[in-house]
Amino acid sequence: MLLQQLVNGLTLGAVYTLVALGFSLVMGVLGILNLAVAELFMLGGYVGLTLMLDGQPLLVGLGAAALFTGLLGVVVERVAYQPLRHAPPIAPLLSTLGFSVIFQTVATNVWGSDPLLLPPELMDARYQLGSVSVGQAQLVVMATAVGLVVGLALVMRHTRFGTGLRAIAENRDVARLLGVPAPLVTSGAFALSGAMAGVAGVLIGLHYGALTPFVGVEVGLKAIAVMVVGGTTSIWGVLLAGPLLGVLEVMTVAFGGAAFRDMTVYGLMILTLLLRPQGLLGRAGGAQRV
Amino acid sequence: MISSYVAGLLAEIGIASIAALSVHVILAVGQLSLGNAAFMACGAYTASVLTVEHGVPVPLAIAVGAVVSGVLGLVVGFPALRLRGIYLAMATLGFGEMTRSFFLSLDATGGAAGYSGMQRLSLGAIWAWALPLLVLVLLAERSRLWLALNAVRDDETAARLLGLNTVALKLGAFTVGAALAGIAGGLFAHWHIFIEPGAFNLDRSIEMVLAVVLGGSTIALGPVFGAAALALAPEALRFIADWRLAAFGALLIVILLLRPQGIIDRRLLRALKP
Repeated sequence: MLLQQLVNGLTLGAVYTLVALGFSLVMGVLGILNLAVAELFMLGGYVGLTLMLDGQPLLVGLGAAALFTGLLGVVVERVAYQPLRHAPPIAPLLSTLGFSVIFQTVATNVWGSDPLLLPPELMDARYQLGSVSVGQAQLVVMATAVGLVVGLALVMRHTRFGTGLRAIAENRDVARLLGVPAPLVTSGAFALSGAMAGVAGVLIGLHYGALTPFVGVEVGLKAIAVMVVGGTTSIWGVLLAGPLLGVLEVMTVAFGGAAFRDMTVYGLMILTLLLRPQGLLGRAGGAQRV
Repeated sequence: MISSYVAGLLAEIGIASIAALSVHVILAVGQLSLGNAAFMACGAYTASVLTVEHGVPVPLAIAVGAVVSGVLGLVVGFPALRLRGIYLAMATLGFGEMTRSFFLSLDATGGAAGYSGMQRLSLGAIWAWALPLLVLVLLAERSRLWLALNAVRDDETAARLLGLNTVALKLGAFTVGAALAGIAGGLFAHWHIFIEPGAFNLDRSIEMVLAVVLGGSTIALGPVFGAAALALAPEALRFIADWRLAAFGALLIVILLLRPQGIIDRRLLRALKP
């Protein structure tokens, strides 16, 4: 029972990690909270799962979701961020919120507010590991998440895009003087952020076997807590915080009652903000933004 | 005699105006709260329990609810002093969700099933709260105190160098804002005569912020106008039915891009004067 909950929590945590990275790619570099990420997560899920219900393989579903939400990420950047670049950070927070509302309405109108149910025979294989039963979907979720996180870490460290992004995070003006094409890299960050969230949406659908237009608010927003606990500039911190909060949440539901679920997750976020603003693994320098 | 439909809209506007003012006051020191629905919930539940179970008169109960919410605001405001901008917004968002969970798990007030038994207030009673509060905020905006609040918003370090007690100003704004939200909550409870934790979710907090952003935060008439616009817009946009929320979202983006100070500002008011 305990081990089983642990596996469930880790699966949920893997999804949290991806969405949290979607938030932190923009937050860590530009210092703004792109609230639309939570709804890109939801939209990605619908696009990917609709294709899979149509008989397309998993990879096509994931790829299409990433492409779709990645492009929408750039739209959000062009409309809601670029014109407000010099405004206080509250302004892009609200304009991306505007996009959240639009995305949620679109999803409700296109797919309806009833849950989109996956057929039970989709990825229903289960593997028995001792006393723990792991579903095929859970394995797919965790493997995809870990693969993407490692991929992202490699991109950040070894590509021109990644170094450019980190340079902008340090100091936008100096980075531009050194020849970093800031507008292009910024768009790239939004695209990558949207794509990560979109893939995570497909994964949460596989995990729950269902999807609603409200999953962005119910699950996506908790990724903000994961990002804060992990540290806004630390990929590995988020990789640690996702499973941590996922397990904590599942355990709270199993042993404390569902009502305490949000309290533990957001409580941990507030504690982190107050006591360790740079996050679990963040560098102390990150604290000065607070 | 006005129809009950119009009365409902007007009451909604009155309550939403007070709620929007609660965000406006906190924003005067540059703090964005995404958790004011929590203070509203606190005021609503406190006032309701007092009137239903202890027979306290409604106005007194609402006032007590405001005080309790204000104290909660002070308690929350202390740690919030360490946070700024987006980090404060995230912390208040978390606080709001935690408070909603708290009321969900509180069996004494019905948990998820909600709480009822309140007596219904008249439309006049709601505006008897809303109008004086609006006038009070408008008067406060003409005082030196408000200048001091805005000084903290514009540059906290400079404000401190001027000898302003920035800690007291920020805490004060948070406390007064929370108390205003508490009053809105008490009125909400005694207008709808039924409350549930879901009524005080993130959407509610966002609605308050939206009213301030749409209406404008440079003068208290802005948030009130914004609250009225938000209450009336669903009626005006009825022809696009299911898409009206999307229209809200688009409107929000357009306003932020074209008129970042909000629809109502002092210049517009001067221009409108004959």
